[in-house]
Amino acid sequence: MRIAIASGKGGTGKTTVAVNLALMRGNVQLLDCDVEDPDAALFLHPQISTISSVYVTVPRVLLHRCIFCAECAHFCAYNALVVLPDQWLVTPELCKDCGGCYLVCPEDALTTERRKIGLIQFGVSGSVNVVTGDLQAGEAMPSPLIRRVKQEANKEGWVIVDAPPGTSCAMITAIEGCDACVLVTEPTPFGLHDLQLASEVVKILGLPCGVVINRSDLGDSGVREFCRDKGLPVLLEIPFDRGLAVAYSRGVPVTYVSEHWRSVFQELLDAIESRFGDKKR
Amino acid sequence: MKIAVSASDNNLDTMVDPRFGRCAYLLIVDSQTGEIVSGGRNEFAAAGGGAGTQTAQWAIREGAEVVLTGNVGPNAYNVLRAGKVKVYAGVSGSVRDAIARLNKGELSEISNSTVPPHSGMR
Ligand code: SF4
Ligand code: SF4
Repeated sequence: MRIAIASGKGGTGKTTVAVNLALMRGNVQLLDCDVEDPDAALFLHPQISTISSVYVTVPRVLLHRCIFCAECAHFCAYNALVVLPDQWLVTPELCKDCGGCYLVCPEDALTTERRKIGLIQFGVSGSVNVVTGDLQAGEAMPSPLIRRVKQEANKEGWVIVDAPPGTSCAMITAIEGCDACVLVTEPTPFGLHDLQLASEVVKILGLPCGVVINRSDLGDSGVREFCRDKGLPVLLEIPFDRGLAVAYSRGVPVTYVSEHWRSVFQELLDAIESRFGDKKR
Repeated sequence: MKIAVSASDNNLDTMVDPRFGRCAYLLIVDSQTGEIVSGGRNEFAAAGGGAGTQTAQWAIREGAEVVLTGNVGPNAYNVLRAGKVKVYAGVSGSVRDAIARLNKGELSEISNSTVPPHSGMR
C-alpha cells in the first residue's frame, strides 16, 4: 500500500497526519517528499544512518571548441540554452537532462557537469523508516530530487509519501504512482478552493482519494458539501484542539500524548485500510 | 541605439507589457528616429518553460542595448546581463511614452531581477 498525503496549500496539518498515521501503523516507510520544507523528521527524530548527495547532470561548454552556431540552443526544447555571438549560457534549472544538445553539437563542444541539488537522509524512528529529501536552498527544481526519493520506496508493505503542498509539478511527481491519496484541508473558503484544485489533479492521475478535514469545527460547510457532491469520502474530521497545537509546536507527535489521539489516528488508519486496502501491493 | 520594449501589440501607442519573457510582442525601436525597426509577435510567450531566456536571446540578437519592460525574472535577467543589455523595469504606460521617458533620463536601470522565476506563467 503506497499512500500519498497531500494538501492544496501549506499549513493544513499534512505533516501531522503523515507522521501520526505512520506511528499508528508502524512497520512503515515514510518518504518525506516535501523537499522544500521536509519537517517529518522534526517530529520523528529518526536516527540517521546514511546521508547521500543527489546530483543532476547539466551540459558545460568547452569554449575552445564552440563556434557559437547555436545548434544546441535551437535543439533544446526546454529553453535551457542560450547562445550569443560570443557566449554560451545554460540555465541549469531549466535543463531536463534529455541529452540532446551533446548529440547535435557539430563540434563536440559539450561535456557534462554534475550539479548538486540536495540530500537524501535515511533514518529510523522506532518501526518507521524515514527517507527525507532535502532540497538545497535556492534550488528551483524539486522534481528530480523527489523522483530520487521515490526510487527508495519499498516494493512491499506500507509506504507513506508526504507530498509537497499545492498542485505544482512537484506535488504531481510525489503522488504519481501511489495507490491512493489523502488530501488534508480546512473547512474554509481558501481550504475549499485549494481542495478543488488538488482533487482535480488527483483525479486526472487516476488515484482514489479521500479527505481529512482539519480544524473541522472552525469554518463553514463548503468543504463537506464539495466532498458530498464529488463523492469524496471524508476519512476523518479533526476538531481544533489546543493540545494538538501545543504538541505540534513542541515537535511532539500527538499520538505520543494521549490515548484519545491514538484512537483518532487509528480511526483514520482503519478508514484508509477499508477504503483503499484492496489496492494493497 | 536599439531599444527592445515588451508590448501588448505591434505599434507604438500600445501599452508596455508588464511581462518580459511572455510579452505578447517585443518591439525593437530605434532611439534616434523613434520608429519600430524590427521585432514582432513573441513566439516564446507560450513556451512551457524558459520563455525569458529565449526572449532575452532574441532581443540581444536583434542588437538591442536597452530593454524596457514591467518585470523581468532571474533567468532572463542573467541572459540580458551576459549580453550587456541595460534593463529598465517597472515601466508602464504606452511604448511611445516609455521611450520618451528613457530619452529624458527619467527611467532607472535595475541591477537585479524584479520577480521570481516562472512569474510570467501565473
Ligand atoms: S540536456 Fe536536453 S534539456 Fe538539458 S540543455 Fe541539453 S538539450 Fe536542453
Ligand atoms: S552546438 Fe556546439 S558549437 Fe554550436 S553553439 Fe552549441 S556548443 Fe557551441
